[in-house]
Amino acid sequence: MKIHEYQGKEILRQFGVPTPRGVACFSVEEAVAAALHLGGAIWVVKAQIHAGGRGKGGGVKVARSLDEVRTAAEQILGMHLVTHQTGADGQIVKRLLIEEGAQIAREYYLGMVVDRDTQRVALLASSEGGMEVEEVAKNTPEKIHTLRIDPVAGLLDHEAAQVARQIGIPEASVAGAVTVLQGLYRAFVAKEAMLAEINPLVLTEDGRVIALDAKFNFDSNALFRHPEIVAYRDLDEEDPAEIEASKFDLSYISLDGDIACLVNGAGLAMATMDIIKLYGGNPANFLDVGGGATREKVTEAFKLMLKNPNLKAILVNIFGGIMKCDVIAGGIVDAVREVNLSVPLVVRLEGTNVELGKKILADSGLPIISGADMADAAQKVVAAARGA
Amino acid sequence: MSILIDKNTRVMTQGMTGKVGQFHTTNCIAYANGANCFVAGVTPNKGGQNFEGVPIYNSVMEAKQQTGATVSVIYVPPPYAAAAIDEAVDADMDLVICITEGIPVHDMIRTRYKMAGKRTLLIGPNCPGLITPDEIKIGIMPGHIHKKGRIGVVSRSGTLTYEAVGQLTALGLGQSSCVGIGGDPINGLKHLDILRLFNEDPETDAVVMVGEIGGSDEEACARWIKDHMTKPVVGFIAGITAPAGKRMGHAGAIISGGQGGADTKLAVMEECGIHITRNPAEMGRVMQRVLKG
Repeated sequence: MKIHEYQGKEILRQFGVPTPRGVACFSVEEAVAAALHLGGAIWVVKAQIHAGGRGKGGGVKVARSLDEVRTAAEQILGMHLVTHQTGADGQIVKRLLIEEGAQIAREYYLGMVVDRDTQRVALLASSEGGMEVEEVAKNTPEKIHTLRIDPVAGLLDHEAAQVARQIGIPEASVAGAVTVLQGLYRAFVAKEAMLAEINPLVLTEDGRVIALDAKFNFDSNALFRHPEIVAYRDLDEEDPAEIEASKFDLSYISLDGDIACLVNGAGLAMATMDIIKLYGGNPANFLDVGGGATREKVTEAFKLMLKNPNLKAILVNIFGGIMKCDVIAGGIVDAVREVNLSVPLVVRLEGTNVELGKKILADSGLPIISGADMADAAQKVVAAARGA
Repeated sequence: MSILIDKNTRVMTQGMTGKVGQFHTTNCIAYANGANCFVAGVTPNKGGQNFEGVPIYNSVMEAKQQTGATVSVIYVPPPYAAAAIDEAVDADMDLVICITEGIPVHDMIRTRYKMAGKRTLLIGPNCPGLITPDEIKIGIMPGHIHKKGRIGVVSRSGTLTYEAVGQLTALGLGQSSCVGIGGDPINGLKHLDILRLFNEDPETDAVVMVGEIGGSDEEACARWIKDHMTKPVVGFIAGITAPAGKRMGHAGAIISGGQGGADTKLAVMEECGIHITRNPAEMGRVMQRVLKG
């Protein structure tokens, strides 16, 4: 689960990481009041959306007067902010962060991830702050310093200091950097993050080391014990179809194609998208109904797929193990009757009680196209989508 | 022969008395030699009871001492599942298979750290388990789609494993063992570990290796195959069409930081001599062609 920058900074401050003073705002008036409250002569007006690349998209502006704060807030609030992470439609900005300006001497990159290979938390640091870390990793990998952290000992003082020196933090500011690194690590573990980034981490002209940005992604499997993180959830930042799906415990991801698919199991669901593409179609979604799908779940899954205005055909691909084919067939028949299906439907059933399941579909009298196997079903659904 | 488990394996079930544990234990007992293989259940505070004639013990250690079980399968709910693995490791089990999906990643980091230097092997979590056809099934896969034979199968996914097995069986190609290693980012045995076991197993002739987006385990395995594997391997990677940065159902199935994409994995696998297919409906037929030479 992702959160906003200002929320991430709240967490960082709880763990002793210095950040610029700032206030989250939902309106232009609030933004001006916040600048007045913060005082000083320079402010930064920052769009709060979950995607990165906000600065390049025009979502971050420096203001040197309250009038400029007002103008910037007016421009940014409500804009469709397009970045390389939002897609072409962009994301509507509904929240701002007003911060005091910082006197930046140098910028660095700081990241933390769960490293699958070593099965530890890895700290990534680079002298190239503010840039896309993927770009740095690709072009100048030698500039990224990686440290795998011992889960019991934690991030030791001298380890953190060494990383700080490696990325070129001046000796007088190394102690400040150690505070940031250790604070980030403690926050990462305590809040059970999967990914955290401070990009840029900055050295100010007076030698302080502060987090100018904060990005977190938390382990959704651990949210049950972090109500304080769940409280940060912003539904405006999520795909409505994915929110709707999560209510019914369906795993759904929107894609930009026109052939919807309903599958049991994540691996088979991905493979189903792949085979649609392989036979010349375009998958409209990833949808895993899980191992214990009921008739209700299948019906909700159909409703979800049918909300897609581009939809041309639907492919159901079920390999029944725990899930019996007759149960899923009953669910399909109920769902098709309930939702008034308007596009061709191809169904491929295999596994437990498959004959019973096929009979239920055939006896229903509904215009369901049967796929003999995965390839046959994929070819039929691509052909049906072209004809539609 | 087979890998990891056979008809002589003795298994305890942690979390046997829950709804999921009961359902799958019943099915496992009904499969092949299951009635002899499944000898104990573990549920704290329910010791002395039994389920379908299988005695229940309060702890893994007690169940091991009383029954001689050396393998444990776990259906414990996610908040408690890592602790269940810890207990099985401390009891010095040979093999632990964790079916549970949704274990917090930081729990698994701690559990894997604790396992360092121990001899216990872990399969999963978030996996369908493993099966040696006509001998023993430990997990949630449908037993009837399998057929005894000489092809090994290893996969990160459940139903996609069934798909591969279904294709093999339909072509008359039976399986020596089929292993689901699970879809989580922090797990136990990886593709490479399983391939190594299949390579050493005299009754496995060839292997179907099914991977998916996320991480770089398939690439590491492919490089090992190139240098060490003496048997043909057929490979498929799910998620060619998956967008970057999105978690595709499995916690571990995500392309992040430009890494973990299906095309990269397939390219490395092909370079290393694996017979890859981009068509998930062709896994069985590619294996058939490879075996015919």
